[in-house]
Amino acid sequence: MSLSITGYQIAFITIAAMTVGSAVMVVTLPNILRSALFLAFTFLGVAGLYVLANAELLAAMQVLIYVGAITVLIMFALVLTQQLMGAKIRQSSRGWLLAAPAAALMFAFLLKGFIEPFNKAASGAVAAGPAPADAGTLVSIAKLLLQPYVLPFELASLILLAALVGAIVIAKEDKE
Amino acid sequence: MPPVTWYLYVSAALFALGLFGIMTRRNAIAMLMSIELMLNAANINLVAFSGYLRGHTLVGQIFALFVIAIAAAESAVGLAIIINVYRTVKHIDADDINLMKW
Repeated sequence: MSLSITGYQIAFITIAAMTVGSAVMVVTLPNILRSALFLAFTFLGVAGLYVLANAELLAAMQVLIYVGAITVLIMFALVLTQQLMGAKIRQSSRGWLLAAPAAALMFAFLLKGFIEPFNKAASGAVAAGPAPADAGTLVSIAKLLLQPYVLPFELASLILLAALVGAIVIAKEDKE
Repeated sequence: MPPVTWYLYVSAALFALGLFGIMTRRNAIAMLMSIELMLNAANINLVAFSGYLRGHTLVGQIFALFVIAIAAAESAVGLAIIINVYRTVKHIDADDINLMKW
């Protein structure tokens, strides 16, 4: 690996710092509404990482579904359960002493057990060749989705329909 | 494209943060948000490996797309359940919800 830092790497470091930084805010801020806003920033940062990985379609989906839909859904749920929105009620600080070492242990395990062996094994072996011109574009993914993966694709739409109906039925107010 | 291990570091950090959030938060919605963080960490891994595998088969991206679809369904149903629980017991503190205990 060359020591020179390219523009791609600067962009990656910036976006990664934003992503992880706002993720820290998501799990630590006492005001739950603010942490939901930071969650949107995290999702945007992940979309940026997808763009850097030549996955433009996935980045667009990330912005549409996560930033657009899921964040708004979470906001709605927060507003509907209004009591917990203010800062009066303690949101966290349960078991910090247990959770922080556990999360650190998980991180260390992922670094030692997963990334480091991969780093050793992959130096040279998985050198990223030049990507084909159509990699990650809408056309190539659409071809894959509608030819070999058409069955999971249809199943996913079925699951989404079931979830839609189920969510309406569960959240609907009982009239009697 | 940056080295693949960089993606893995970011993903590991996000996953550990999500784990921390699930263990510390009391609000059920905040726990759901932490789960979304962990799902995003998994997706970053899938996309990163997809770009680095020989042949650029894009299978990782397809899988990440399905994960996003399932995550959307999961959060919709999860939030509906949380709203229903809020209507029943007037709070969503995950520590004190024991409706199904006997």
